[in-house]
Amino acid sequence: MSDDIKISIKKLYKIFGDDPQTALEAVQGGMGKAELLEKHNHVLGLQDINIDMRAGEITVIMGLSGSGKSTLIRHLNRLIEPTSGSILIDGEDVLAYDEERLRRLRREWMSMVFQKFALLPHRTVLENAALPLWVRGFKEEEFEGEATKWLDRVGLEGQGSQYPHQLSGGMQQRVGIARALTSNSPVMLMDEAFSALDPLIRTDMQDLLLDLQKELHKTIVFITHDLDEALKLADHLVILKDGFVVQQGEPQEILLNPNDPYIVDFISDINRARVLRVRSVMEKTTSVPEHSQGEVAIDDNLESVIAKSGGATDAIYQVMRDGQQAGIISMKDLMKALVPTEAATREVR
Amino acid sequence: MATYDVVFSKLGLEDWCSQGETSGPLSMKDLLARTRGESETDTSIWEVPFPSMDALNEACSSFPQSRELTKGLENGFLSIKDSLSIFLDPLTQPLSWFLDGALHVMLATPWWIVIPLLLAVVQLVTKSWKLVAFVGISICALAFIDHYEYAMQTLAIIFVCAFLCVLLGVPIGIAMSRSDTLQRFTIPVLDMLQTLPPFVYLIPLIFLFSVTESKLYGIAIILYAIVPVIRLTNLGIRLVDQDVIEAADAFGMTDRQKLYRVQIPLALPNIMAGVNQTIMMSLAMVVIASLVSAPGLGVLVLRGIRNLELGVGLVAGLGIVILAVILDRVTKMSLARINASQKN
Repeated sequence: MSDDIKISIKKLYKIFGDDPQTALEAVQGGMGKAELLEKHNHVLGLQDINIDMRAGEITVIMGLSGSGKSTLIRHLNRLIEPTSGSILIDGEDVLAYDEERLRRLRREWMSMVFQKFALLPHRTVLENAALPLWVRGFKEEEFEGEATKWLDRVGLEGQGSQYPHQLSGGMQQRVGIARALTSNSPVMLMDEAFSALDPLIRTDMQDLLLDLQKELHKTIVFITHDLDEALKLADHLVILKDGFVVQQGEPQEILLNPNDPYIVDFISDINRARVLRVRSVMEKTTSVPEHSQGEVAIDDNLESVIAKSGGATDAIYQVMRDGQQAGIISMKDLMKALVPTEAATREVR
Repeated sequence: MATYDVVFSKLGLEDWCSQGETSGPLSMKDLLARTRGESETDTSIWEVPFPSMDALNEACSSFPQSRELTKGLENGFLSIKDSLSIFLDPLTQPLSWFLDGALHVMLATPWWIVIPLLLAVVQLVTKSWKLVAFVGISICALAFIDHYEYAMQTLAIIFVCAFLCVLLGVPIGIAMSRSDTLQRFTIPVLDMLQTLPPFVYLIPLIFLFSVTESKLYGIAIILYAIVPVIRLTNLGIRLVDQDVIEAADAFGMTDRQKLYRVQIPLALPNIMAGVNQTIMMSLAMVVIASLVSAPGLGVLVLRGIRNLELGVGLVAGLGIVILAVILDRVTKMSLARINASQKN
């Protein structure tokens, strides 16, 4: 993974209404969402968003409905124009692009996967998957091979001649993903891509995405309202509430140190043993413990360590990375990490 | 003394009124009143007339009577008629050629070519042998009772007019779907075209064009029948799933690509429903247009009415029903085929 910043959003504001510029001044003067709606009859969509997205990482933007996450992702390819702020992609300001340049950005640099699939019902699966190519003017014999390759890759072998309505929801979204991959763009925007699917298929699709990502290293911006999904996919997690960023960072970090009651509420229900990983809980040391019960990998989740310990609460394990000891983890620390932050704060009160 | 004298004297307009004092023609009512020797008396409150143009004219003869309105309209129309004709005549001339050409071809081609050709078209658009058989039997039945020529004339007119309706209506509908302003201006016009009784179209058209020219009835039919195809094209394109449009934008389609590859294909079921309506309405109008020399089955219906030939009128009416059923079934069936190919 490289540390290059692929997409950089700076001081982005979006206000919906007839006269957003006046309203913008009010917001920058410190007016809140409710007050803005009451006094100016404008809706505050996004407020002072600053996010850096690294190349080859999955950035997950999470928030409840109405938090502005779908609005935010549409700013990246300018399906929605911002009120103020800047969006840099590879250091270039997207907002300065003219129509022609913007079209090239959408055709070659960014592809998008939609919540409701948004396939063309009158075109076959193959033609749908090949859409980014025929939009660029390629002929059928030129795009057929490429589209078939990606259809096969997402598990739709031999379905090319079907029509979208003949496929199930999960398969339709596979076509949606194949379509995004066919464009061969370095950036993929996924707008609640798996939210319309039922849980088992959703898990399948998440695994498929992670699998593809291991191989392709695209810069993925993923929108979701589901915390489990966010934690599973995210390299970088951004939590959005009422149009502003509440907290962003490494998901494990957010889980262990939430900085806002909103996030505490959010994470109180999840299965921490499955989400937290050894690396976040371990004590960094190279000294070998005396009573090590064995070795665990640095990216194992706590659940697997508990399973390994067989319930013993006094065990200590060596944490290994690439065959080297990176630290130790005691069952005591592990158990502490499992207690949700909310419970801890209640005790304090 | 008339009821509204007071109004004019209060406004100080008596001078202006007396200027218009003439011993012009009296209305029949006045004449009767005069011969009976009745003098005007004060009217009671129950008999106060509405202050209409005629009532006010009674009080002040300079005030125009309502017949001046219709007269003025007529004069106005007649005065612009010539300049309008210079502009409209060449513009609509191709319509005459199309109609005359279609009528000529339809009748000059022998029946043993026309009937199989029609059936082949039916098979092509519907892929239904049952419907082909039905159409074949219907046309043969019409031909058997010697109504073949009339039916073909009617069909030829409908083909030309419906084709032109689609040719003009679909682009208008597309333009409307893209501009809310245009839609706001077009909808009242469409509403008017749809509610105006068909006979009313004919009146100004008769003044503008010669009755012997076929474009007269062509224009009447097109004006009447073009409305549904415009409306439904507009509606169809506006109803295209916004998510799909967004996807088209997100993948960088140009407006042209979006129109031809997404919007029109997805609006096609609605557009075809509009075409079906347009064809049915041209059939309705082609009968009425026989009043202004449109040939076809309508002429026979008209003969039935004029000469009280009950049988002639009824048989021609039946022929029209048969044509209507054929046209409706064929367009509905092809519509159903389009729908089946793009379920969501």
